[in-house]
Parts: sequence; structure tokens; C-alpha cells
Amino acid sequence: MNALATHVPILVIATPLLGAFAAPLIAKLGRTTRVAFSGLIAGLTACFAGLLAATLYSAGGQPIVYVLGGRVPLPSGLAVPVRIMLEVDGLSVFMALIAALVGALAVLYSVSYWKERSGGALYDSLLFLLIAGVFGLVLTGDMFNFFVFLEITSIAACGLIGFRAWRKRSSEAAFKVMALYTLAGLLVLLAVGLLYGQYGGLNMAFLAANLSGSMLDRIALALLLAGLAMKAGAVPMHMWAPEAYGEAPAPVAMVLVANSQAGLYALFRILFTLYGVALSVTAIGWILIVMAVLTILVGVTMALVQSDIKRLIAFGAVSQIGYMLLAVGVGFAVLATRPAFGLAAIQGGIFHMINDVACIGLLFLAAGAMVRAAGTRNLNAMGGLAHDLKGLTVLFAVGAFALAGVPPFNGFASKLIIYESTFRLSPVLAIVAVLGSIILLAVFLRAFQAAFLGPRTVGEAGRVPWTMTLSMAVLASIVIGFGLFPGFFIDKLVAPAANALWNGQAAYIGAVLGGG
Amino acid sequence: MGGISTGFGAWNPIAWSLLFAGTIVIAWGIRLLGRSDRKLDGEQGKVFLSGNDEPSAEKLHVRGDHLYWGMVDGLAGYYRRVRAVHTGVLSDYIAWFVGVLGVVLVILGLVR
Amino acid sequence: MTFVGNLPFVVSMLLVCLGLYVLLFKRNLIKMVIGVSLVETGINLFLVTLGYRAGGVAPIYTYAPVGATQVLPTPQALTLTSIVIGLATTALLLSFAILIYRHYGTLDVTEIKELKG
Repeated sequence: MNALATHVPILVIATPLLGAFAAPLIAKLGRTTRVAFSGLIAGLTACFAGLLAATLYSAGGQPIVYVLGGRVPLPSGLAVPVRIMLEVDGLSVFMALIAALVGALAVLYSVSYWKERSGGALYDSLLFLLIAGVFGLVLTGDMFNFFVFLEITSIAACGLIGFRAWRKRSSEAAFKVMALYTLAGLLVLLAVGLLYGQYGGLNMAFLAANLSGSMLDRIALALLLAGLAMKAGAVPMHMWAPEAYGEAPAPVAMVLVANSQAGLYALFRILFTLYGVALSVTAIGWILIVMAVLTILVGVTMALVQSDIKRLIAFGAVSQIGYMLLAVGVGFAVLATRPAFGLAAIQGGIFHMINDVACIGLLFLAAGAMVRAAGTRNLNAMGGLAHDLKGLTVLFAVGAFALAGVPPFNGFASKLIIYESTFRLSPVLAIVAVLGSIILLAVFLRAFQAAFLGPRTVGEAGRVPWTMTLSMAVLASIVIGFGLFPGFFIDKLVAPAANALWNGQAAYIGAVLGGG
Repeated sequence: MGGISTGFGAWNPIAWSLLFAGTIVIAWGIRLLGRSDRKLDGEQGKVFLSGNDEPSAEKLHVRGDHLYWGMVDGLAGYYRRVRAVHTGVLSDYIAWFVGVLGVVLVILGLVR
Repeated sequence: MTFVGNLPFVVSMLLVCLGLYVLLFKRNLIKMVIGVSLVETGINLFLVTLGYRAGGVAPIYTYAPVGATQVLPTPQALTLTSIVIGLATTALLLSFAILIYRHYGTLDVTEIKELKG
């Protein structure tokens, strides 16, 4: 058990990788074996992620460093850490829990979503590769390793977006997303090269300890900021997001949202832990805040006029990224003076990450079920699904109301913290945030009315398979549970994560370089 | 029990849910105080449209795009410009990306 | 540092800018893939140049001359990884370009815009 707890950081990444490479082989033994194998891998990954979280929280939030291929981070006689390391602190384990939840539910949903088509083994392989890439992104402590996992997620994501090769639009979306992701990844590599050339090391803790505010550092930060903000989907670089989320299969869209949030995680890690107050926090913070405000407004207003249900939810997802950027941007902008509302804003933003994944995941999975039942994706042609699919109606309504910030669901709890803390920096930000929530409620009311209410249009809708309903029910229970007991989850999950950003730079560096 | 304090206010979802449920119970109680001889079908339950027949549900139902036509029509200028920006052409997406990169480079290069 | 001494860095950044120019102003999908490849080549060149030390020999530890300066090995490892990743992304981009041509009949990026709005 002790050996397991020591090696669990790498097991979390290695298990889905094993699943990715073994899936096509195991699939030769038949469909049941393939499904059982994917379920096993997904379950094991979720258990390892939970074990990692338990290990970290029982150690009091001190970052866990796992050295690949060695025992000690800094062997004697060396001034620079030379091995690749995984460094797990409160925020990393929070993102790992999100990735585990999303991965397990996507695999569960795909069991019946992909029933009648061939190519299930390759789909499983790509899905596990994407999940492994997301885990690698959030657990790594080395800049070049981060670039490698960034590219792994890009390739797996684009493979999955274009998976339905018989559809015209899927290939178009996949090409565009691949080109954009590759360009962003290359610019991130340029920034990593700049940092390496200046300081001679690639380890994040080492760079954080030695960073000064020179001109090359600023260029590197600009490249990282633009590249990672594009990957997260901030306006005005968001236009790939509706295409990607709209054309991917429904469970993949949920994992892609987690992927974008991992990009956001990387941005926060670089800003707070790597750079800290080395550069002007006000300027960088306000860049984030302006992008976030634009994202919220453009996201919700564009969602209002979409006819395709999945594209509509995709624009909603884009706008929610704006909320997280806004909250953590406010927290970063005041990092120099450290008022109390900065920490509250960061807590709100991070709590919104898991709330958003649960709500948007629920909505995407429900949209997948709706499209299957109605046979069309166009909201103008759908109608009256509530006559036959009552459970799906309730689940969609829960997800929609929670995302729009209606009490007592979890979206309201995190958005309340965001409203009240951003108000302290500037009232305009809180006004924009509330306006975004109201318009988002209008968006989902329209979608609900168009798809579920009214007379039937397509005859009797078939039943939703039980695996799909189960995965949606798990997400709905998270939505309701986090909504009814926000204090408990904030204390246990969000506060260590927010603390890791606000106060945790010294602990992060000290865990690798030894004693502050 | 179960509440969070955001530093500037408090939010207790359990208390809110109990209040919500209590309000529904009170509203149900007020409804029960009403007359019990009202029938919902037949002549008493029909919609009054000045003596005209009620159209069928298919003709009455307002579908997807038409539900908010007033709001979308009012914002027509905004939507014309913003929808035109979402061209779907890859070169434009890359142009936006490089543009934002340039702006961020300039800001970070100039600010002390 | 002289301009001539910094020339490799300047050339690699020029390659990156050329690649960005191709991505922004050319309309053929295959040319855009070539543009991505140019950006990647420029960055690989930049990484290899980072490791150069004046008068250095190849970073092979066995049978190295005593007291010789060695070129840094880490950027070479980074560049190899980046070349392999570039291979995978170029292959994926080209496969999707073939699929797009099969569906749309054209490779002009200004006409492949069904997902607009």
C-alpha cells in the first residue's frame, strides 16, 4: 500500500496510456471484452486519482514531488534539477479529480452511444489518450513535459473531433482546430525555449526561483498567455470552440471542456507560481479581465441565435470560461496588495471550474441523447420530447438552471462568490457577470422550450439507454450535492487549490529545491 | 449548517430550500381553501378567444428560432457585425490569434 | 553580442515569421500545412542554436577529448521530441486535408466555411 501511495502520481497518467495502446488489441477478443476493459481502465484511473487526492490532503497540502527515474529531486553536487518531475499540489489534484470524473463518465456514456457503429476500439484508444494527456498536463512540474502533453491532447482531441469521417463538417472542424492547436503549441515551445536559454533549466520550480523580469521573460509570458488563452477559448480567439464542441461526439465534447480547463489551469500555474509578482500584475490581470468580459458577453449573445443544439451549448461553454478567467484575473490583478477579496475571487473561479464541468457535461450528454431521440440537431425541427423522455427533461432542466446560476444549485454558489468579489475591484465586472447569467438563462429556456415542450414532431421517441441515463444522473447528483453543501466542498477541495495559487509559490519551489 | 460566507454576505442553500418548500406548502394550503367544484374539462376549462375556436397545438407552438425574435431583432445591428466576424475561414482565426499575441506583446513590453 | 553572432537566432525567427505569413495570406490548405511546418522548423532551429557553445564538440561523453567544451545536449533532446511531434501533427493535418477535399471538392480555405455564424 505504501508503494502504491508513493507511485500513484505516475500511475494516474500511465493507466489511461496503457488503455490507449492496449484497446485495439483487446478489442480483437470481442465487444464485451472491449467494453469491460475500458470500464476497468476508467475505474482504475478514477481510483488512482482519488488515492492521489487522499494522499495529498492527508499530508496537509504540502506538494508531492515524484521524480521519474530517480529518488531525490536535487542530487547532491547539482544546482539544477535534472530529471523530469511531477509536482502535485492542491490545484493539480483538484484538476485531476475533474479529469477523472469526466473521463470515467465519458467512457460509461460511450458504451451505448457508440453501440451500432464500428471503430469503437479506435475511439476508446483516442479517448484514453486524451484523458492521459489531460492528466499529464495538470500533474507535470516540467515545462517541456508540459509542451509534450499539450501536443498529445491536441492530437487526440482533433482525432476525436474528426472521428466521424463521413460527416463533411467534422473534417472541416478537425482541420481548423488542429492547425490552431499546433500553432499555439509551437509558440508555447518557443516560450519554453526562451526560458531555457535564459536560465538553463526546464523545471517549473527551478524557473520560478530564478525568474527575473527581463525583456525575454516578458516575451515568453506573452507567448504563453496568448497560446494558452487560445487553447482555453477566450474571445477573440474562441471561434474554433463552437465548431469543435459542436462536431465532436457528445461525450468527447465533455472531455474537451475539461481539456480547455486544463489549458486554463496551465495559464494560472504559469502566472501565479512561475511569474508571481515578477512583472506588473495589474497590467497582466487587466488583460485577463478584459478578455474575460468579452468572452462572457460574446459567448452568451452568440448562443442566443444558434439553431444547432450542440453549437448553442458550446457557446455557453465558451462564456463560462470567461467567468473563470474573470475571477482568477481579478485575483491576479490584486496579487501585489493581497486584499481579502482576491483570495475569495480565486476560490470562486476554481469552484466554478468543477461546477462548470458538471453542468456543461450534463448538458452535452443530454444533447447527445436528445439528438439520438429526435434524429436531428436543429432546434427548429425538434419538439415535444418531454412527452416521452421525462427523465431527460428533468436532467436537462437541472443542468440548464444550474449553469445559469439559479439557486439552490452549484452554479449559484460559485457565481455568487464571483459576483461579490469582482464587485470589489470594479462594479462594472459584477454587472457584466450578472448580465451574462441572465442571458444564459434566456438561452437555455429557449432551448428547453424548443426541444422539450410543445407537440410531438417526430413520433415516439425511443428510450434513452441506461448507461447514458446513469452518467447523466451522476453529474446531476454532483450538481445538486455541490449546490446543497457548498461550504463542505469549498473547505475540502477548493480552499487548498486556491491557497496553492495565492500563497503557495514558496511551498512549490521548496518541495523541489529543498527548504525555501 | 451548510452555509458559506463569501466575506461580504452569506448563502445557506439548506435554509433557502426549506424556505422554498415552506412557501410551496403555504401556496398549496391557500389553493386547498378554494372552491372544490371547479371542473377543468368541458366548457369551464376551455380558453376564451372571443368565441373563436382554439387552434391546434401544432399551429400555436412557437418554435426554436422564433421565440425571442423581438430581442434578436432589437439587437440586429450588433448581431450583423458579430456574426460576420465568425466567418469560418481558418486564416481569419489565425489572424485574430496573431493580433491578440501582438497586442499582448506590446502591452507587456511597454509596461514597467 | 554581435549581429553576426546572433545570426542563427535571427534566421530562425525569420522562418517563424515566414510560416506565419503563409498561414495568414495563402489560401490553399496544403500551403497552410507547409506554413505550420515552416513555423515548426524555425522553432527547432532556435532550440538547437540555444545549445551551441563556441568551439564545442558533439555532446557524446564516451571518448570525448579531455577538457573540451561540449555543446549542450538538452536542447538536442528537445528538438528531437519536437520533430517527432511535428511529424504526427503534419500527418494528421494532411489526412484531414484529404478528407476535406473528398467532401468539399476544393482546397480553398475561403470556401470551406460551412461552420460559420
